[in-house]
Amino acid sequence: MLAHAIFFYFFSFVAIISAIMVTVSKNTVHSVFFLILDFISISCLFIMIGAEFLGMIMLIVYVGAVAVLFLFVVMMLNVAQQKNQWFKSSDTSTHIPIGLIVSLIIFFELIIVIGGWKYKPDIIENFSDNLISNSTNTHTIGSVLYTEYIHLFQISGMILLVAMIGAIVLTFRKREGVKRQNYFSQISREKNQGVELVEVKSNEGVKIDV
Amino acid sequence: MFEVSLGHYLTLGAIIFTIGVIGIFLNRKNVIVILMSIELILLAVNINLVSFSIFLQNLSGQIFTLFILTVAAAEAAIGLAIIVVYYRNAGTIRVEEIENLKG
Repeated sequence: MLAHAIFFYFFSFVAIISAIMVTVSKNTVHSVFFLILDFISISCLFIMIGAEFLGMIMLIVYVGAVAVLFLFVVMMLNVAQQKNQWFKSSDTSTHIPIGLIVSLIIFFELIIVIGGWKYKPDIIENFSDNLISNSTNTHTIGSVLYTEYIHLFQISGMILLVAMIGAIVLTFRKREGVKRQNYFSQISREKNQGVELVEVKSNEGVKIDV
Repeated sequence: MFEVSLGHYLTLGAIIFTIGVIGIFLNRKNVIVILMSIELILLAVNINLVSFSIFLQNLSGQIFTLFILTVAAAEAAIGLAIIVVYYRNAGTIRVEEIENLKG
């Protein structure tokens, strides 16, 4: 239990420090790297408390896909070296105290809710019906996800499809001067447009003009 | 102190949520960092759902975390596409210079 506590404090310390560094670091690429570190430490926490499948999925989805997407966009837009001007610019500094006040109010509200909140005493007996104890986490998630939540699962697949099509449509543009295939004209070409029968005379050959 | 309870995880989620909100408010750099702060907020929500799911011995929290992961990935893709289009049109994505809708 002591090792559990030590690992919890270590990973949550790394997570909090890297979350702060995401927002304050001067270089956007460094922000993305600290975001990756944050996701890795949180997924270590998930694996530690027994949600192994979600920890691994989080590594794959966030670190493997989302962070790489961020890195690609930062690379393409050439914004990595912009200076951080948090407390320097005078004309825009009015929102800083307001933002801090709102954030701290949100934080203290969350802490108050966490501190003053209790279980009903029989809540674990009422709610713990669908967690099969002697099988793995992945097995249990699969047995629930594909039966009770199958419609939500398919709708989330539709969300991914819509996101993919939307990203393509948004960033697609027609360039001038690029030769492309026109499939319709290519397929609908007929024989008399493409082939010409030429009468070849002896000892003269054929002159082909294109 | 050495017994890690549900409150510890909820406190961690609250701290990361607040850092995300602060990152949205105080950002003077570019819009990409705002998107990263939104990812931090979604991460905090995921921490809450998973810890409730583990400590209440109920699997619904982990299922919903899975769906939140899906929506977060879709949202990051769409948001980054919008940022790329805006950069192509306006030439900048600095927060101070995006003021077309200044009210």
